[in-house]
Amino acid sequence: MATLSTDIPDTSSKTWSRGRILTVLLVTAFALILAKAVGILPDWLNRIPETMIPPTAQVLDAVFSFIQNDLGLIHVTRFIAEGPLEFLLDTSANLLEGKRRWPHLGPIPWSAIAAVAGVVGYAVGGWRLAALGAGTFIWTAAIGQWKIAMQTMSVIVVAAPLAFLLGLVLGIAAWKHRGFERMLKPILSVLQTLPFFTYLLPAVIFFKVGPTAGAVATITFAIPPMILMTTLGLKKVSPEVVEAGQMSGCTRWQMLRHVYVPAARTEILVGVNQVIMLCLAMVVLTAFIGMPGLGAKLLAMMGSFKLGRSFEIGVTIVLLAVTLDRMSKAWVVKQPVHFERGTPWWKRHQISLIGLGLFVGFILIAQIFPILAEVGRKQHLSQGKEIDVAIKSVLAIDAIKGTTEWLRWFLNVKVLIPFRNTLLAIPTPAFILMVVAFAYWVGGRKPGIYAAIFFTIVAFSGWWDRSVITLYTVISAVALATMIGIPLGVVAARSSRWSKNILLACDTAQTFPSFIYLIPAIMLFGVNDVAVVFSILIFAAVPLIRYTIIGLSSVPPEMTEAADMSGSTRRQKLFSVQFPLALPTMAVGFNQAIMFAFFMVIIAAFIGTQDLGQELQRTLAGTELGKNFVLGLNVSLMALTFDMAISSWAEQRKKRLGLD
Amino acid sequence: MKLKNLLSAATMAAVAGSGAIAEDSSDPIVIPIHNWSSQIVMSNVVGLIFEEMGNNVEYVTTDSQAVYESVRLGDVALEMEVWEGAFGASYRAALEKGGLHDAGDHDAVTREDWWYPMWTKESCPGLPDWKALNDCAHLFATPETGDKGRYLDGPVDWLKHGKERAEALDLNFTVINAGSAAALWAEIGAAEADKKPVLVFNWTPNFAEAVWPGEFVEFPVWEDGCDKDPAKGPNKDALYDCGNPAKGYLKKAAWDGMKDKWPAAYCTLTNISFTNPQIAEMAKLVDTDELEPEDAAAEWLDNNRSVVEPWMSACS
Repeated sequence: MATLSTDIPDTSSKTWSRGRILTVLLVTAFALILAKAVGILPDWLNRIPETMIPPTAQVLDAVFSFIQNDLGLIHVTRFIAEGPLEFLLDTSANLLEGKRRWPHLGPIPWSAIAAVAGVVGYAVGGWRLAALGAGTFIWTAAIGQWKIAMQTMSVIVVAAPLAFLLGLVLGIAAWKHRGFERMLKPILSVLQTLPFFTYLLPAVIFFKVGPTAGAVATITFAIPPMILMTTLGLKKVSPEVVEAGQMSGCTRWQMLRHVYVPAARTEILVGVNQVIMLCLAMVVLTAFIGMPGLGAKLLAMMGSFKLGRSFEIGVTIVLLAVTLDRMSKAWVVKQPVHFERGTPWWKRHQISLIGLGLFVGFILIAQIFPILAEVGRKQHLSQGKEIDVAIKSVLAIDAIKGTTEWLRWFLNVKVLIPFRNTLLAIPTPAFILMVVAFAYWVGGRKPGIYAAIFFTIVAFSGWWDRSVITLYTVISAVALATMIGIPLGVVAARSSRWSKNILLACDTAQTFPSFIYLIPAIMLFGVNDVAVVFSILIFAAVPLIRYTIIGLSSVPPEMTEAADMSGSTRRQKLFSVQFPLALPTMAVGFNQAIMFAFFMVIIAAFIGTQDLGQELQRTLAGTELGKNFVLGLNVSLMALTFDMAISSWAEQRKKRLGLD
Repeated sequence: MKLKNLLSAATMAAVAGSGAIAEDSSDPIVIPIHNWSSQIVMSNVVGLIFEEMGNNVEYVTTDSQAVYESVRLGDVALEMEVWEGAFGASYRAALEKGGLHDAGDHDAVTREDWWYPMWTKESCPGLPDWKALNDCAHLFATPETGDKGRYLDGPVDWLKHGKERAEALDLNFTVINAGSAAALWAEIGAAEADKKPVLVFNWTPNFAEAVWPGEFVEFPVWEDGCDKDPAKGPNKDALYDCGNPAKGYLKKAAWDGMKDKWPAAYCTLTNISFTNPQIAEMAKLVDTDELEPEDAAAEWLDNNRSVVEPWMSACS
């Protein structure tokens, strides 16, 4: 129990030097700022002169063009895109939405798919999941979105399994060969923080605009967690299981197939769940590179100011995500069923048979009742116009308008603009020193060194001011999200019913396509930084709330009871017992909030910003691959700096608290 | 599963095999669609025309700037709406690289400029003359812009030079770039409730005309070279001191290989020419009447047989 104290003894031998390094960093930074304030700072110390900026983008362009044309990589990728990948996509598109391609069988009637979804739901999680599964597809058909939803699904059913397979293979390779893992890890970190716009352009150039590029971008986006979870799961396989396998004389392949992979089943399936969720997260974003379906429709609807229809598409995406998420999670929990020897074949496969029966049955019935095959244009239940009116009238309520007008004035004039101008006024070296000091103070030496390297690269990329504005938006949004999210989490953690409801709301907010937040944000606050910060805030508050609830409810009951017995007030208990123990978990949430903010700040370019996102958006139009990559890397490096500092803090803290 | 589909596929193969249809390739003609209604419907109309001629057609959703690269490479066969103002630069860049060419203009003309919804005029009656803007600047002020008016320009990548114009004409306005068309509509939509004056970038033909009646600000008339020669326009020392051309072109572009691969379809494409009212009608079918684009295209085609027939008959 001794280790479970909430007061952490400082490892005092290092404190002195640590304090001194921090002082040196900060004093230098302030000296630079002061020098600028009194006007004696030479220009080259304020901003790196244009002439010293290396032409990274041009060099990268040349490299890309060399790889693309001279090495002929484009022929390889184009062959893959137009050969096997397109074949798979065409097949699924024919079956699901009836595209005129081999095998010329589709489209499968919606009722048959809904029935199968119901049966699968029942098989993995009982009646509730059956209702969710069938209900989602019935909603999709009834609302008149079947065809576009199936265009989306036809890409996902190809992209998700491919991401799974590639992730599994790479994960196994990383587990087998340490060297490969060491090489892969940094690539994955960058991939996970790289803004999606940076995936999109190479995907188009190498894999042809349309579903093929969409599938490739989706796979790239979805693969990292699959690799990480596979490696993690394989590493955790207990030696007893391995020995049992060896004793029964397994070959290496048998060891992998029958011992390691089944033993790591849970982690691998969590990876599958992640893959599915990330694939759905890309539905709207890939619409920019020609992916048809829900995302493309959503963008078209938003382009003609149809809030109601956009909202309905958002609901469909959430329903699909929640259904697939719950089903795959239920599959994780469900252990394989083993039948007694001699159970008849039909009994073992009872559920599959029922599913098949319903599938064929509905296909036949649909030939007689066409409404079961396709809900016609005039028959669907879309309430687009009514929702339009409802949303607009809510936004026009005087009380809401008054509040937002005041908030817009206050935040913009008193908080955001002064804060931005302050950050922009800081000389580049001073800014870097301050970031390094922060990373060092929070995470220790290694994150500090990386912060120095990463931010120096950003400074030499030639996009310093825009990077600072990006960072300013992220910091403002996360700060506001913390002020809202943590109190909300604390209150919710008091009762399990509240926790459950709030966590459900968090899930929904997270899967709802972020684009849909943009329009109400603009209507409430206008095109300015407040709308930008507001739309990021919704996204960034989610992990903060979630991890606050998880952190607080995982505090060992002995500790809270001890606090109660010693007569501490609720406040004392919260601040001296619960918070210190929950902080490492809450830090994970904080870290995620920052990562989400970096993701969302790029999307917020669609409101109107002057940051890296705006430039990235601009590169989408052209073919400036080099510039696109430099901008993306800047976002990634800044995000990684925070990620490393905070994760390292949380780990150290956990170790010292004796948790984990 | 669906016997009908199998049969129709078989018939199509048979027809194509018998050589009854011109010499067009049976590969699908890929038509790009973007995210605004008139373009989607127009592309669908053209797709239906091609299908009537016995071609296979497929649609692909693309970015409206990146599409020229795709046309050039032959990934898509054509582009129905090349706007002089919005896409002229991307189109010309692709033209220089080679691979696509001009397939003729539509009758329709396009205009893109500073615009306000009608209710704005009540508080600033001097409009649409641009000289009235400075007197009304305070009406367009927002918390962030202080005393200056705010003009919401199109996204930066549309290269509208709003800032340059505000400076050249000495307008007391701060120019803010919206991030997307949706952001522009959201601003107008938010101002609509209490009829607040707003000044935003807008264009025609466009669905917004039907939803929010409004007018373009009449800037000094465009002179050729206003964007390159400071001497043009009222301010002799500045560029961009004119309004945009009030009659910009609306072009069709085609992939160079289209002519040989689908000669009949290509011939029809060069004949096709839509007018402003026709385009507005297409947009209206989707934006106001809430039809799906495919149905809107079919309906438009039914109503306008006499317009379309000559385009096709000239090529068979």
